[in-house]
Amino acid sequence: MADFEPTIIAFVCNWCTYTAADLAGTSRLTYPRNVRLIRVMCTGMVDPQYVVKAFLAGADAVLVSGCHPGDCHYINGNFKARRRIKLLKEILPRFGFDEGRLRLTWIGASEGVDFAHTMTQLVDEVRALGPNDVRSQMVL
Amino acid sequence: MAKIAKIEVTDSNPLTSLKGFFKSLLETGELKGLMVPQHLPMKNVVMPTLVTDPEKLEGADPLAPVFPLNAAKLVGRLTRKPLHGSVAAVLRPCEIRAFIELVKLKQGSMEEVVLVGVDCPGAYSNVNYPRFAGENRDDATLKFLGSALDGGSTAFEDFDISTACMACEHPVPRNADLSIGLFGVDVNKELIITANTDKGEDILDKVGLSAAEEPGAREGAIAALVEKRTAYRDRMFEETSEATSDIEKLNNYLASCVNCYNCRVACPVCYCRECVFLTDAFDHEPVQYLSWAKGKGMLKMPTDTVFFHLTRLVHMSTACVGCGQCSNACPNNVPVVELFKTLASYTQKAFAYEAGRSPEEEPPLSVFHEAEFPEVTGGKH
Ligand code: SF4
Ligand code: SF4
Ligand code: FES
Repeated sequence: MADFEPTIIAFVCNWCTYTAADLAGTSRLTYPRNVRLIRVMCTGMVDPQYVVKAFLAGADAVLVSGCHPGDCHYINGNFKARRRIKLLKEILPRFGFDEGRLRLTWIGASEGVDFAHTMTQLVDEVRALGPNDVRSQMVL
Repeated sequence: MAKIAKIEVTDSNPLTSLKGFFKSLLETGELKGLMVPQHLPMKNVVMPTLVTDPEKLEGADPLAPVFPLNAAKLVGRLTRKPLHGSVAAVLRPCEIRAFIELVKLKQGSMEEVVLVGVDCPGAYSNVNYPRFAGENRDDATLKFLGSALDGGSTAFEDFDISTACMACEHPVPRNADLSIGLFGVDVNKELIITANTDKGEDILDKVGLSAAEEPGAREGAIAALVEKRTAYRDRMFEETSEATSDIEKLNNYLASCVNCYNCRVACPVCYCRECVFLTDAFDHEPVQYLSWAKGKGMLKMPTDTVFFHLTRLVHMSTACVGCGQCSNACPNNVPVVELFKTLASYTQKAFAYEAGRSPEEEPPLSVFHEAEFPEVTGGKH
């Protein structure tokens, strides 16, 4: 398991977490390359179906990250996202998905350091969890 | 508010009396039409019919132990725009619950419909009902009622009422304007009609039935039935959770699914005009299939089976009313309702929601509070 490199799919909001990722880059902060960012206009547009797809396609973890409460550019997209993640956390673990593989965080545009730190920590935690069983068990 | 009346039953035939009641409902002149399941004239198939002529009710039989589809969608179609007058719809409890969900999803309206709910002792699948009834129409229904009511058996030859019905904890209609009571009632002598709303009371007054009391045995009969079904349901939850507790088991559970999507078409609360699974998002590139196959050297076709079911679970399990039409429609005996009802029990509980319980409760994914579910973000608001 030592050489296990997790794949993490992160749906990040254009206005905050994606900007924070940019900031992390321009500030020359490093974070693991395991995280694949998918930029969305708001966490409120992340259909829970996208998260399901990411897991079934073999992602070892999925992160949804957007603006802090009160800062969503579409007023309440992040609150809607929180309910959808709550819903997924009710459903997916019943089929054996480890709850820790699904995360929701709020990372604001100026929080480049927080972004790099959160990604590093997440990758470490998922590495400890080991690969998502779906990788070996799904024949689609 | 509840006002109770009774329909006298003659010749021990509650169906004849019920038809008489529907006729008098139409004859009040208050209704533009009445939707009620009928044995069709051409074949012994029971389908919802929309009746405007009080003389066209000979086949009416909302007590036949079958409902080929959940009529909530049809009531939605009837009420989605103003009719400038009322219609009544005779429905099973799960059809009313599904209709309530559709109304909340703006797929129908309660404004101009009088909901007439009937106590439901359960129904056979579309495949088994003809085996039970053959060419017998009312007689088959009377035979079923004779044994099913008040704790009797519903089994026939090698089958029974559907799993959804066995596991149904809501056999008595809620949110009906008028409800027709069978449990704990001597249906060979009378049927009990309760008006639960002003709308129901207005029309019941015009029919002019004599007032009645709720029979003493009713409460106990309902409690006993609900207890039996709840016990069955809880066993089903346990067995289904166990049978799907990891992804390999879930694959196994869904193995005979052919992605026909009949379950989605039959589901009353899956209301999207165009399901995402029918869009070009799922017209995968031919080379994509090959690349998937290369991953493990083999690819099951059709693809996206587990994805389809998981998507439906995330999209609509909070609205699932457990009617069982998904299983009824499945050509391959996939235990669909077991999976959906089990997961729905978890997702609805997570949002303190119950599908069909109340028109006032907002669907959980259409609302939010600013501070809630702190556990989702690791304790941070
Ligand atoms: S998923 Fe099945 S049981 Fe649930 S509402 Fe749809 S058809 Fe009825
Ligand atoms: S579960 Fe049954 S009805 Fe639903 S898509 Fe699969 S085969 Fe069709
Ligand atoms: S705009 Fe960032 S979460 Fe809505």
